[in-house]
Amino acid sequence: MLTKRIIPCLDIKNGRVVKGVKFLGLRDAGDPVAAAMEYDRQAADELVFLDITASYERRKTLVRLVEKIAKNIFMPFTVGGGISGVSDIRDLLNAGADKVSVNTSAVGNPELIARASRKFGSQCIVVAIDARKRTSPGARGWSVYTHGGRTRTGLEAVSWARRAARLGAGEILLTSMDRDGTRGGYDIALTRAVCEAVTVPVIASGGAGTKEHFRDCFLKSRCDACLAASLFHYRELDIRRLKQYLKKNRIPVRIENAHRSHT
Amino acid sequence: MIAVIDYGMGNIHSVRKALESKGGRVRVTNSPSDIERADKLVLPGVGAFGDAMKELHRRRLDDAIRQHVARGRIFLGICLGMHLLFESSRESASATGLGILKGAVNAFRAERGLKVPHMGWNQIHFRRQECALFRNIASGSSVYFCHSYFPVPADAGCIAAQTDYGRLFASVIWQGNVYAMQFHPEKSQAVGLAIMDNFVRL
Repeated sequence: MLTKRIIPCLDIKNGRVVKGVKFLGLRDAGDPVAAAMEYDRQAADELVFLDITASYERRKTLVRLVEKIAKNIFMPFTVGGGISGVSDIRDLLNAGADKVSVNTSAVGNPELIARASRKFGSQCIVVAIDARKRTSPGARGWSVYTHGGRTRTGLEAVSWARRAARLGAGEILLTSMDRDGTRGGYDIALTRAVCEAVTVPVIASGGAGTKEHFRDCFLKSRCDACLAASLFHYRELDIRRLKQYLKKNRIPVRIENAHRSHT
Repeated sequence: MIAVIDYGMGNIHSVRKALESKGGRVRVTNSPSDIERADKLVLPGVGAFGDAMKELHRRRLDDAIRQHVARGRIFLGICLGMHLLFESSRESASATGLGILKGAVNAFRAERGLKVPHMGWNQIHFRRQECALFRNIASGSSVYFCHSYFPVPADAGCIAAQTDYGRLFASVIWQGNVYAMQFHPEKSQAVGLAIMDNFVRL
C-alpha cells in the first residue's frame, strides 16, 4: 500500500534555511545540507526546498546548493523558487533534484507546465499553489497568490489546480496562506476541495502545529502528504514519533528500520 | 568497472553516488567503447520512453547495451531504464524499445480514486526471495516510487518482486544477468542503499 508522506520543507534565502510567519519576519535556522542530512537520518519521506525570495528578486535558482544536497542524501527532494523556464528546470533536475516546483511562472505562463511535463515527465513537475480564502461579500473559494504571497491573481485555487493537473502537473503543493505560520492546523476545507478536483497527488501545507493536525488532515481529506517546516526544524515534533502516532491512528506510514522495514 | 549510462535523460549523479558509497568503481559515460569494457551496466533515466530510445539510438548506445547483455554481463535498469528493456510502451506508441525482455509498458489509469503518478513509498513483495539483490532485505520493505507507467512482462517468471498500486505490478525484474527495478534505489534511503550494496557485490 502506498504510504502517506511526511515532508519537511526548508525555506531557503541566501543559501540558508529560514521560515517566515505568514511569509514575514524571517528567522535564520541553519545550514540546508546539515538539515537535509538530519532529515535523512530521521527517515523523513521526502524534502522540499523552496527559495522563497527567488521569484520576487528574479534570482536564478539554487543549482549549486542542489548539487551539494544530492551528493549527501539518498532521498527524494523537490526544489522550487524563481523557476522561469524549461532550461531552469533542466538545470535543477540535472543537479540532482527529483522534482521541480513552479508557482509564479506557471500562473504567468501555464504552457510551461505542459512543455516541462512533456519534456521531463509529469512525475517531476510540481505546481505549487499559495491560496487564501476569499472574504469579500458573495465571494467563494480561495484566491491564488504568486511572488511568494505578495501578488493576488484573479485565479481561484481549486480551478487552477484542476487546470494545472490537466496541463501535466504531476503533483500539487497546496499552501494555505491563512494558516501558514499560525500552527492552528491545516486548512482541511481547502485541501479537501483540491483533492476532490484532481487525480494527481496533493501535498497539504500551512498550519501544522501538533501531531493531531497531521492526523486530521490525512483522515479528513484525501491528501497524500503533509508538509511542515519550523515544527520539524526546531525539533518541536520528531518525525519518527509523529509517524508512530499516525500509525496508531491507522494511517499508513513508512516506519523505517535500517535494513528491515515494515509498514 | 560499473558503467552508468548518461544519455541526457535526467539526473544520474545520485545513482553514481549511491554505487560509490557502497564501494562501486563507477564511470558515468555515453560512449559505446566504455560500455564494452564495463563489467556491469546501469541504465537509469526519467522522462519519456520515445525520447529516451531516440537518445540511445543517436549515441549508438542501444546496440552497445544489447551486446553487453548478450555477452552475459550484468545489467541494471532503473525506472525508465527498466521500461526501455521491453518491446514497446503505451507512453510512446510509435517507439520500439530495446526488446531485451518480451512484453510492453502499460499506463496507470486515474480511476476509482487511484492517483497518477504513483508517487511515494510503497512496498516490494518478493516472489523470488533468492534474487541476489534482496540479500539482507525483508520482503515488504518500502522503497520510493515516482512513475505513471509500469512494465508487463510476457513471461511472469522474470518478476522478482511486485507492488500493489490499484493492481499488482512488477516492481523488480530478474532474468539471468538482467535486473531492473521500477523504484529508485538511489532515493530509497537505507533499503535502497542495501540494494545498491548487493548490486555492487554481484
